[in-house]
Amino acid sequence: MSQAPQEHDRLKGQEESSQQGQEQQRRLRNSVGRMLLDHYFRLACIGIACISVVVLVFLIGSIITQGVPSLSWTLLSGTPEPEPSEAGAWPAIAGTIWVCTICALITLPIGIGTAVLIEEFKPRSRWANRIFSVIQLNISNLAGVPSVVYGILGLTAFVSMFGLVGSLKRGESSFEIGAIYYDQFTNLASDPFMSMGVEDAKERYFLAPVISPSDPPTVAKSGMEMFEYQGDQKIPVKIEVLDPFGELPSDPDALSLAIAADTVPGRISEKSWYYFSLPFGRGVLAGSLTLMLVILPVIIISSQEALRSVPSSLRDGARGLGATPWQVVWNITLPAAAPGILTGSILAMSRAIGETAPILIIAGIVYIRNAPQHLMDSYTVLPLQIYNWTSRPQEEFHAIAAAGIVVLLIILLSFNAIAVILRQRMQNKVR
Amino acid sequence: MNTSTLETTTKRIMNQVAPQPIAEDDSTDVSEATQFAIEANNLNAWYGEFQALHEISLEIPKNQVTAFIGPSGCGKSTLLRWFNRMNDTIFSAHATGNLRLGEIDLLDKSTDVVDLRRRVGIVFQKANPFPKSIFENVAFGPRLHMQLDKSELSDLVEWSLRKAAVWEEVKDRLNAPALGLSGGQQQRLCIARAIATGPEVLLMDEPCSALDPASTLAIEDLMDELRDQYTIVIVTHNMQQASRCSDKTAFFFEGRVVEFGTTEKIFTKPSSQKTEDYVRGRFG
Repeated sequence: MSQAPQEHDRLKGQEESSQQGQEQQRRLRNSVGRMLLDHYFRLACIGIACISVVVLVFLIGSIITQGVPSLSWTLLSGTPEPEPSEAGAWPAIAGTIWVCTICALITLPIGIGTAVLIEEFKPRSRWANRIFSVIQLNISNLAGVPSVVYGILGLTAFVSMFGLVGSLKRGESSFEIGAIYYDQFTNLASDPFMSMGVEDAKERYFLAPVISPSDPPTVAKSGMEMFEYQGDQKIPVKIEVLDPFGELPSDPDALSLAIAADTVPGRISEKSWYYFSLPFGRGVLAGSLTLMLVILPVIIISSQEALRSVPSSLRDGARGLGATPWQVVWNITLPAAAPGILTGSILAMSRAIGETAPILIIAGIVYIRNAPQHLMDSYTVLPLQIYNWTSRPQEEFHAIAAAGIVVLLIILLSFNAIAVILRQRMQNKVR
Repeated sequence: MNTSTLETTTKRIMNQVAPQPIAEDDSTDVSEATQFAIEANNLNAWYGEFQALHEISLEIPKNQVTAFIGPSGCGKSTLLRWFNRMNDTIFSAHATGNLRLGEIDLLDKSTDVVDLRRRVGIVFQKANPFPKSIFENVAFGPRLHMQLDKSELSDLVEWSLRKAAVWEEVKDRLNAPALGLSGGQQQRLCIARAIATGPEVLLMDEPCSALDPASTLAIEDLMDELRDQYTIVIVTHNMQQASRCSDKTAFFFEGRVVEFGTTEKIFTKPSSQKTEDYVRGRFG
């Protein structure tokens, strides 16, 4: 920077000496002014670059100084307890990983496939051409739509499916697989109003299987076989139905198997990992599909750019050897475009990880204690959890929120690092 | 592996993929036709409204080198690209008349272009090796069309690279990227790639225009060697090249064949004034 005045003086000197030049040189444009402009333009570029670097360093520095002290194992593995010292973000971290992985698995094939269709299989007829250009225009426009709009679209299209396929209420969905329903009975000992005479019996819960979720509540009878969880295993047990105001058995074991005649069971369900239902409800799948809407245009456009940058001489070469259009795409064009496609996909996925607005609409702010277990499970994501913490009045939560941001950044950067390594590998194989 | 075994292996592979020989009994009128690899009769071709070729009638003789010369934009490359239907991707391109490769009608929309392009290889002006290894480049065509085991494939690759006179330079780095080769080596690799599928006809679209004199010479020597087995059609802007390495020459001007004859005749005593002006370098 300190060189600038000296440089200026030197060039000024040149300018004066050249003005004393001969008449015919007057017709040439003076190069000194242009060189000075070039010099200052370079300085301006360096300055602007410095500003952005300084802002970035300040941002990262402030996040790290605030967030790193509250980084702890509890934060990574714990549940979002209301007590700041016990609060953790594991459900949110798991939710982010679930949603983004499923979103990538759905979006990448669709996005790359669309780009290949538009770029490599251009239609011959005029009408098909018109349809293609309308699609192209739409994709470009959709890339600029605010993500909250996609959230509302996802709410209608994926969460409730326009109300076309049953309702969201339990047992009223039109299609369900992987769920078993039970009626849960409590024994006498766990009845809060039955403390007299049952002190020695332990509290137990019995499950009666229900065939259809819309069946009426099971009526318990003496000698009926129900299931009970002992550890992880479901053990069949025989229950007794007693009049709670009559005579109770004195043996605590027998007493613990007894349920009151007027007990009303609660309907519960057990869902396996492949649980699936229509409509999707406010689950992981609906969130992933909504994020897909947000990033699909970005992935399509960047994949198109990558495919367009593959020289057509490569396509000609493969076609000249007798490759079919599909063989050209699969063996030549896609591998050559892969680094570019991957770069676009990284950027799009980074956006998906940080996206808050559509998830806020789809999932809402809910208190989630567990990582998602299946595609329809309710979930939360890290940005939502961070937003939740920052909006609380306690100062401690703000520090935890900063730590959450650090975690989010680490997930984001590791996601990007994997993709960068993949891309590097692909390019090394080629060059 | 020595060269003669390579030759036999490859011949065996090539015979398996070659089209069935024509039946003996209709050989009477075929014998005359088989002297020509490609026959064009009154061929007109358009790009949209623009007519690129006017009433082209010529026969490309078998196992000879035929050169197409003429100023830029005269339709040489267009005709060449009709020979293996590379024009299919240009939607506005269409043609009328008659164009045959042996028994195949080249203008018929239902012609199997995949098999056609196996039988009619093409080498482009700019070397365009795939961004893969040298071996993969040559193996690309055979993998598309043939079912070969590993040793057969590597024999075929070696044979093709030897045929294209590039084997000695690349034999120690078959797994290195093809883009690391020099321009001349890349072009010879592309020729090896084209002959690996066992074509009958080899089309060359100005194969030497981007090469230095030494590489050009190597490729001309190569054409001289390949002419026994292949019918070669070369488009060139280089008069010396056409006169050096071709048997027959066609002079194109504004979409028409002005003159077609033996190279010697075209270059020494052409019958048309236009041809004479062109080969003497007075225009174009």
